[in-house]
Amino acid sequence: MTSSDPVAIKFKNVNYSDGKLPILKNINGFFPKAKITTIVGPSGAGKTTLFRLCNGLISPSSGETIVNERDINYYEPTQLRRTFGLALQRATMLRGNVFKNLSMPRILQDKRLHKNEAKELLNDVGLDPNILERNVKDLSGGQRQKVSIARTLVNKPNILLLDEITSSLDQVSQLDIETLIKQLNEKYKVTIIWITHNLQQARSVGDYTWVMMDGQLVESGEISLLHHPQHAKVKRFIKGEVE
Amino acid sequence: MSFLTLTLSLIFVLIPIVLSKTLKLGLEKDTIIATIRSIIQLLAVGYLLTFVFDSDNFFYLVCMIILMIGAATQNARKKGAAIQGITWKLIVTFIFVEGLTQGILLGLQITPPAAQYIIPISGMLIGNSMVLSILFLNRFTSEVETRQEETELILSLGGTPKQAIHMPLIHSIKASLIPTIESQKTIGLVQLPGMMSGQIIAGADPAQAVQFQLLILFLLLTTAAVTSIMLGLLSYPTLFNKQMQMLKIRE
Ligand SMILES: Nc1ncnc2c1ncn2[C@@H]1O[C@H](COP(=O)(O)OP(=O)(O)OP(=O)(O)O)[C@@H](O)[C@H]1O
Ligand SMILES: [Mg+2]
Repeated sequence: MTSSDPVAIKFKNVNYSDGKLPILKNINGFFPKAKITTIVGPSGAGKTTLFRLCNGLISPSSGETIVNERDINYYEPTQLRRTFGLALQRATMLRGNVFKNLSMPRILQDKRLHKNEAKELLNDVGLDPNILERNVKDLSGGQRQKVSIARTLVNKPNILLLDEITSSLDQVSQLDIETLIKQLNEKYKVTIIWITHNLQQARSVGDYTWVMMDGQLVESGEISLLHHPQHAKVKRFIKGEVE
Repeated sequence: MSFLTLTLSLIFVLIPIVLSKTLKLGLEKDTIIATIRSIIQLLAVGYLLTFVFDSDNFFYLVCMIILMIGAATQNARKKGAAIQGITWKLIVTFIFVEGLTQGILLGLQITPPAAQYIIPISGMLIGNSMVLSILFLNRFTSEVETRQEETELILSLGGTPKQAIHMPLIHSIKASLIPTIESQKTIGLVQLPGMMSGQIIAGADPAQAVQFQLLILFLLLTTAAVTSIMLGLLSYPTLFNKQMQMLKIRE
């Protein structure tokens, strides 16, 4: 990958703090367009916070976020969030049934989601389409995660932000989701940014990778860097995970 | 009622104090304070009202209403400390409720334009509006907190703040209105409303007293609905900023 490759999101000296507590520290980096970037790093490194920033749910205390060559503030917040599909780490659900959850991205735009479309989405993420009327309270953690992924796909976003979306899934489901996401990337050129604690997954799905630690972007580059990291800190982190 | 009989009525204050003492409930002090406060406050109001009624001056009437709104705001604002600018939001709500109801009452000549009517009715309405504000603000702040993740989820899916806050807002408005509606369903069956009882004791025709009480009940329904909805619509925008981000609730 060269620096002339198109860039989906770019960060320039981005800092974010909650009150006085610094959470993201001077982030400089980018996510290449139409590629899969994986983000790895220990708990509390600031990965989820970075996603909230990309989606405009929070603004940096200083620095710039550039989306498709324009400053993030150029975009109308609702428009920005509709082109970004954010799958939340906790797979938050709206009270009600699965169909209500899948329809919400459309309802918010005064549009409707057809039952057949909803069933197709469930099928895509490997869920039985018959659970459409099921209350989300009665879903397992893994099923919830799949519904959350399906809901993210309703708006056909061109950038997907996936935060630990397979953490509650069994091995087979996990591989199915990986295949689905890779397909979206190959077929529709969707830019994927994928936070994962699973280094194996990070290596197998990613083209590009970011290693974040303690609010900083320690290393980023081609996926091969996860095999041969430069920094001692990163080496230790990767060895720890493998052991 | 003579001063002697009123003094005798203090027996009803002694009973709870004695009970509290023997059962070690620790409520003696509060009971005494409450009794003394109610005596002073009501006597003061009594003299004030006599003065206002006698003077028949519009200016004093307005002063009384301003005083009521001020006291109601002072009481309710603590519950909404998490919402920016809650003081003026309450004031605007109370003024609106008072203006709307008195406007209809006087405009349609339902009640005569006299201080004897305007002041007690305003008192009841503003008092009710205050209770509703407290119920609403309590519920709303807790709904916003418990549903924070859902609210942010809707924002993240491209919803507007209005869409994101819709459920917490509707639930809080509903919840705050339920007591008013429920209590009206059983009114007269279990307890006679205070105003009606007062009029009957003072010698008014019960049928007349009922008519007035009904008027008040209907007014209370309007007050309740308008208060909750208006306060809700004034409050929710302060939970978000221009970038449609959710602000942290101030503790
Ligand atoms: N809403 C918030 N208010 C205050 N601090 C927060 C908030 N969200 C996150 N933080 C803090 O920011 C830091 C980074 O959190 P973040 O959730 O971004 O980490 P993460 O890399 O996603 O971790 P994990 O892998 O455990 O999900 C943590 O120290 C956390 O305590
Ligand atoms: Mg996280």
